Amino acid sequence: MKARLLLIDGTVFTGTSFGATGESIGEVVFNTSMTGYQEIVTDPSYCGELITMTYPLIGNYGFNREDNESLTPHCQGLIVREHAEYASNWRNEQSIDEWLAMHHIVGISGIDTRMLTRKIRIHGTMKGMITTSEEPVEVLLSRLQDTSLRTDQVAQVSTKSVQISPNNGKRVVLVDYGAKHNIHRELVERDCEVVVVPYNTTAEEILKYQPDGVMLSNGPGDPKDVPESVQAIQGLLGKVPIFGICLGHQLLSLACGADTEKLKFGHRGGNHPVKELATGRSYLTAQNHGYVVREASLEHTALRVSHVALNDGTIEGVEHKELPAFSVQYHPESAPGPLDNGYLFDRFMTMMEGK
Amino acid sequence: MPKDTALKKILVIGSGPIVIGQAAEFDYAGTQACQALKEEGMEVILVNSNPATIMTDTNMADKVYIEPLTVEFLTQVIRKERPDGLLPTLGGQTGLNLAVKLAEAGVLEREGVRLLGTELRAITCAEDRDQFRALMHELNEPVPSSEIVQTADEAVNFANSNGYPVIVRPAYTLGGTGGGIVNNAEELREIVENGLRLSPITQCLVEQSIAGFKEVEYEVMRDANDNAIVVCNMENFDPVGVHTGDSIVFAPSQTLSDKEYHMLRSSALKMIRALDIRGGCNVQFALDPDSFQYYVIEVNPRVSRSSALASKATGYPIARIAAKIAMGYTLDELINPVTGQTYACFEPALDYVVSKIPRWPFDKFSSANRRLGTQMKATGEVMAIGRSLEESLLKAVRSLEIGADYLYLPETSEMTREELENRLVRVDDERLFLLGEWFRRGYSMEDAHQLTKIDRFFLIKLERIIALELQLEKENELSADLLLTAKRMGFTDRTIARLTGNKGKEIANKRKELGITPVYKIVDTCAAEFSASTPYYYSTYEQEDEVEKGDKKTVLVLGSGPIRIGQGVEFDYATVHAIWALREAGYEAVIINNNPETVSTDFNTSDRLYFEPLFKEDVMNVIEREKPIGVIVQFGGQTALNLARDLREEGIAILGTSLEEIDRAEDRKKFEKLLSDTNIAQPPGAAVTSIEAAVETATKLGYPVLVRPSYVLGGRAMQIVYNETELRDYMVEAVKVNPEHPVLIDRYLLGKELEVDAICDGEQVVIPGIMEHIERAGVHSGDSIAVYPPQFITNEQKQRLVDITTSIAKALNTKGLINIQFVLFQDEMYVLEVNPRASRTVPFLSKVTGIPMAQVATKIMLGESLADQGYTGGLWPETPEVAVKVPVFSFAKLRRVDIMLGPEMKSTGEVMGRDRDYARAVYKGLIAAGISLPRFGTVVATIGDKEKEEVIPLMERFIQLGYRVVSTSGTADVLENAGIPVQRVNKLKDGSPHILDMIRKGEADLVVNTWTRGKTPERDGFLIRREAVEHGVACLTSLDTVEALLSTMESIHLSALPIGEEAKVNKKQTVMV
Repeated sequence: MKARLLLIDGTVFTGTSFGATGESIGEVVFNTSMTGYQEIVTDPSYCGELITMTYPLIGNYGFNREDNESLTPHCQGLIVREHAEYASNWRNEQSIDEWLAMHHIVGISGIDTRMLTRKIRIHGTMKGMITTSEEPVEVLLSRLQDTSLRTDQVAQVSTKSVQISPNNGKRVVLVDYGAKHNIHRELVERDCEVVVVPYNTTAEEILKYQPDGVMLSNGPGDPKDVPESVQAIQGLLGKVPIFGICLGHQLLSLACGADTEKLKFGHRGGNHPVKELATGRSYLTAQNHGYVVREASLEHTALRVSHVALNDGTIEGVEHKELPAFSVQYHPESAPGPLDNGYLFDRFMTMMEGK
Repeated sequence: MPKDTALKKILVIGSGPIVIGQAAEFDYAGTQACQALKEEGMEVILVNSNPATIMTDTNMADKVYIEPLTVEFLTQVIRKERPDGLLPTLGGQTGLNLAVKLAEAGVLEREGVRLLGTELRAITCAEDRDQFRALMHELNEPVPSSEIVQTADEAVNFANSNGYPVIVRPAYTLGGTGGGIVNNAEELREIVENGLRLSPITQCLVEQSIAGFKEVEYEVMRDANDNAIVVCNMENFDPVGVHTGDSIVFAPSQTLSDKEYHMLRSSALKMIRALDIRGGCNVQFALDPDSFQYYVIEVNPRVSRSSALASKATGYPIARIAAKIAMGYTLDELINPVTGQTYACFEPALDYVVSKIPRWPFDKFSSANRRLGTQMKATGEVMAIGRSLEESLLKAVRSLEIGADYLYLPETSEMTREELENRLVRVDDERLFLLGEWFRRGYSMEDAHQLTKIDRFFLIKLERIIALELQLEKENELSADLLLTAKRMGFTDRTIARLTGNKGKEIANKRKELGITPVYKIVDTCAAEFSASTPYYYSTYEQEDEVEKGDKKTVLVLGSGPIRIGQGVEFDYATVHAIWALREAGYEAVIINNNPETVSTDFNTSDRLYFEPLFKEDVMNVIEREKPIGVIVQFGGQTALNLARDLREEGIAILGTSLEEIDRAEDRKKFEKLLSDTNIAQPPGAAVTSIEAAVETATKLGYPVLVRPSYVLGGRAMQIVYNETELRDYMVEAVKVNPEHPVLIDRYLLGKELEVDAICDGEQVVIPGIMEHIERAGVHSGDSIAVYPPQFITNEQKQRLVDITTSIAKALNTKGLINIQFVLFQDEMYVLEVNPRASRTVPFLSKVTGIPMAQVATKIMLGESLADQGYTGGLWPETPEVAVKVPVFSFAKLRRVDIMLGPEMKSTGEVMGRDRDYARAVYKGLIAAGISLPRFGTVVATIGDKEKEEVIPLMERFIQLGYRVVSTSGTADVLENAGIPVQRVNKLKDGSPHILDMIRKGEADLVVNTWTRGKTPERDGFLIRREAVEHGVACLTSLDTVEALLSTMESIHLSALPIGEEAKVNKKQTVMV
């Protein structure tokens, strides 16, 4: 079946539909990872987004039961050059087409994804629509213009209830703004008891669990859309060690008085070099963020920059000058991406030891 | 960390001659390294024995030594130059082994030379199987169970306890030489005994076979600050069991999930850290297709063939960055030269699929064992880029130039299912095409998988290609959709036409009417995340084109494709020079080529690089996009020349000598007329188109005759035939080889061969030099030792060569290069062949004469005369030094190939020996080619009847040198009659111990064998020659080579001579080295 991708600037790509049919509107972003599409489409941080995979062959190894980063996908749609009709891997259970259809995610394949990527790089991320509708472009375009992108993604993807995984190590409250499973796994691997709480849990409620540390998870959207979370973090600072990842990092920074801004087209992929300023070492990281902490805004805060992106110099990590709190903009839990940054979880463990 | 300021002068070791397992990739690596070092203000001293390389150009290094790559010569260079550091990891296994030897010999320490980059400890740890396995156990990295053995018994014991099959890998050998998979004790003994002999440290590894696992490679880099990255990973189409150099490879990996990808990535990084590598490194893994179990197969602590491929596949210049790391830089302070704004500390993201297919020499060696295993057999490779795997793969297929532009070999259609199955199981070079036939017949993917263990993902892709083929055949109407689908899958217009019953031209026109034309995308290392201005393009059928042209006039240069016998790195050398000349003259130089190993496909070389098949349709597409003022075809060997004919049909301007004139040189009739018009002799002969005409002509001329098809590459299918039966046999074969062109029959003149390269602007002719061949006519010029300047001809004869060359060049209205081969027979100069294009001797002559021949020729094509460039006509003054070009063969890698030299070219590479006189130059050349003889020892001579008289004085000279001569009965009788002491050895039919046993036991230092011209392996001569090759004993098949060898030995070595007795040799020189 034919499918079309419309961008808000009027560009139309015509391709083939796969996954679910219908229509989906979101922000068109691109990810340069060559593997890890299953983790990407199940990463709640992609809530509200139409993901373009720059690698042209997607679905080669199918979908398996282990590699999901959340129970259901939250992205709005998937854009690829070619989706594999046949998947080959010993863990494969379902083709990408079947999997997306089952989860009601629309996909479009067969379009010039490199052209699309260049467009986004030059003009920035933009609103777009994948549709299998046969309506004329003008009709579709006006519908696209009339639809505003949602700003309540965190509320949508966060857990509704508290969930506890008992264990005999440190107790960590994981504030779920849209947490990837692998953050949970990394903590459990370090024997942590993990208490997952909704994004809008107050500081008081969090502290009631008598945590050894609080983990601020990744999540979708603009950090300024969840002021209640910022407020909660302010109540936790100094009372318990804090480690933030991605949206968690932005929220920690906002809580400390810094500011965030939107990047033109974000960082999404598994090959982003980040320099740790303390050691001068560079690490390859997995990233997925459209917003960033403004460097100038750190000036009058108690935060200092710990990590920077090698390529554009943007902030990739901060630490509190006095209190046990630090955060990174990228994904030390990988999945997908390089396994080079697990040391940050160890650092969090050490921080909790020294509480 | 900034660069180490203590470094001022750096020695770089090249990889020597092109052999199977070590090809042009090290010219690319070395050239990049030299450029990177010079950029940093280093004084670069380069040593390499291979003149046919860009890296040995004097503008690449401050000083270039074209000397044998031995410890002795390197030590001399080190003492003379006193470099601060030595960069060992860019010259392949050869360079690395030499560096290790220099260190072990204490030379580096004594002379205060630091080993740069990776430390010696790391190199030996990765290279020594024992140390490596110990390290892997320490790191908890799985390696297949294995044992290092020093005897065959130990190997058999290992296999008895671990079971067959087992893999044998000799330590420190190139391209897995001497290794193999064996299934029983007998095979095991044979392979291990041979492997031990080939291994410089007499070690072999026998290991548990993991054949059938996925083979995956990672190219990693690390700096002294412990930053480590993966540049590229690659997945082999062929599972473990086929040498990676003989495997079809895709980049990036296609069937690995993120977990598997990063599991192996982390393992590779762990190893590179544990080894403390500073630079590039390659790690090979075997991955169980049904679990997360993997094994580490091998780590190469240096840049390799795979890193050249990875560089071209990603755009990331591994060798350049490795050189900078060796100088002390860290990855995070080096700029990624592709984007110019991001850093080298990142991992390239591909947004296309890269395919590599090896190019095997089986078209030249029809008798060779085509089976693929752990010993590499390919001479070169092609790479292609596409946005779908199918497109990428089919582009690679038509880049091979094996006559197939698609997954179709006509002969496969006659095979039975059983035959197909047998060949699929055995693995040979045609497996891809056999699979095509498999699916064409509707056989199942699952069966193919069971037979081959090739991942189902790849098989499905092949099945899909064939499904589209069948659909194209079936459809009555070729719809726009179907046409676009076919183009996106990489089908050529020609294939679509064949399948739909149209003409290629009709499809092309229809396509253009429908607006289905290719666009060109950039290889930018980052999947368009950052803007890149690298002019590195590939075609695909999509929407957006990214080519950015300048406002200067454009000239297109056609490259020479994959390295193969007869068309080696020499042509890339000339191509690169042409590009340089074009750029210098103010043009935009655009190149099309598909060989990932070369300097010409470095995106820095030209203004725009199109990494595309050298296939008419692909070339025409580039021409339509670029609209060049003309195309240069003189430097790309036969590949480019063949394309030129296609381009002419399309009305494309060819720069330089016109195609009509080229045809005059290559078309027998026209050529004969040309020579008779200019009063130049040529061996009598004729062109024939039927067997009967051939027989008639040969009888008239008198046997022996030289026969060959017209339009040949490197003497393919050329043969000397001695009687009618042989001629008839040949005609059946050759006419089948090339039905469209006639067969040429010439009287075979047994004389001295001479070769001239000249440059002509249509008016003037400059002759940079004349080369004299050591081997008499009948041995292919590419396989002969060539001497410059000629030593044994008179000035008058030289003048005749100059006169003839000048008149032919002018008569052909040559605009550019021309190469002429002569035979001097009874003081008559006959012209054998005229090639109005760059020959393989262009780099050699350019280097010894200092004339940048390809550049001068290019400027002529652009309208500058020789006079404009400061050249006057005639023979360029000869240098006082003597230079020889010695061919190098890869026979050890190619089982069942007869090493007997003849009119068909067999060498894969060349070296140069240069010194102040002939003997020294030959001596160096032979050493550089790996032929080094002890001062005394045993020569085993078995000589054909025709040459028995001739051999007597030669053997006498061996005796004088202190050699023992051993012969079988016939030769021994002749020698004894002549009063030469000779020891007898049994012929094969006389029973053991016979001549083969003697060679096998290592009792021969040199084998001289001229027995039979036969191609049948059963013949004794063949067996003796092969035995010598298998056991690494020098074997000469031409008495002329023996003579040259003797004169050098006599000159170089001091001999004892009683007072009053006259020296029996002519030239006696003082000792050196």
